[in-house]
Amino acid sequence: MAETITAEDPLTGEEIEIPADVEVGEIVDSPATGAELEVVSVDPITLEEAPELEEDWGE
Amino acid sequence: MKVGLLYSRIRKDEKLLLEELRDRDHEIEKIDVRKEQFNISEAPEAFDDVDVVVDRCLATSRSVYVTQFLDAYGVPVINSAETADVCSDKVKNSLALERAGVPTPNTEVAFTTDSAMETIEKFGYPCVIKPVVGSWGRLMAKVESRSAAEAILEHKATLGHYQHKVFYVQEFVEKPGRDIRVLAADGEPIAAESRSSDHWLTNAAKGGEVAAFELDDRARELVAAASDAVGGGLLGVDLMETSDVSESGDSEARQTSSDVEYTVHEVNHNVEFKALNDAVDVDVPVAVVDWIENKVATEAEAGV
Repeated sequence: MAETITAEDPLTGEEIEIPADVEVGEIVDSPATGAELEVVSVDPITLEEAPELEEDWGE
Repeated sequence: MKVGLLYSRIRKDEKLLLEELRDRDHEIEKIDVRKEQFNISEAPEAFDDVDVVVDRCLATSRSVYVTQFLDAYGVPVINSAETADVCSDKVKNSLALERAGVPTPNTEVAFTTDSAMETIEKFGYPCVIKPVVGSWGRLMAKVESRSAAEAILEHKATLGHYQHKVFYVQEFVEKPGRDIRVLAADGEPIAAESRSSDHWLTNAAKGGEVAAFELDDRARELVAAASDAVGGGLLGVDLMETSDVSESGDSEARQTSSDVEYTVHEVNHNVEFKALNDAVDVDVPVAVVDWIENKVATEAEAGV
């Protein structure tokens, strides 16, 4: 099992567990709501609601 | 070397690249494109002393403009502004492939619903309407009747951004339930996968099943030509098998058959490879970083 750390879910205020090796810019799914959350800082760990999918996103 | 990784979202793909670059002790500057301002004459500080920028912008529009700025600043970027410009637009993509003599599905562009309808009737049913900008198989329409065509064109004309009024109509290619994605670096394949689905869209993003695929000489030749056609770089070249493959149920036989011909329907410039990395024996991030290192060293020697 990969190491985890706890962070505050910005949508619910709950403490959630996310992988310990997350990077700034990475998206994690909230285990509480399934919402996509963006890692905006790792020290301290801070999450924000991720931007909505845009039409020109992709490869 | 110092690598600028330009991003707006760190996907698994970017994470794999970052891990490999860090393992080799390269200096990394992660540059969030959303936080930068691009002046026409002066590069943002974040780009100071970088040997190369790897553009991994998720939004095509950002990728197209930022690579042009980097070009203007004289900062080497993977992929180049030229490649981003051609690959980001399906019209330019199709024209480049056709111009280079690479087999590609027959395509017409029309600017009104009436003229688009004429193209559709000429191609016959089914045919395909695609947005000129877009990915992951979104907003693609397989048109199977005149009434469906009329509805799709009306919706695009009424509801869409102006780009949706550029009607990009393509012949429907009867492929054997799969297409082929080749990750290539300046035309040299790193690895390839087939993407299979019962649905006509086989994109991995649409849930297509991914498996390793062995390229034959003809496919390699077309990948090299398609890469050259769009200006080279780290690319995802998409091919479909077009002949004598549906009659053979055995994939080994298909792949060794000299009768297999391909058509290249698209070349992607901001290529995702996480699914490919899981499907093949090749360590894709290792191969990509090898190529980046070689490219930077070669260009430094040449004084580019």
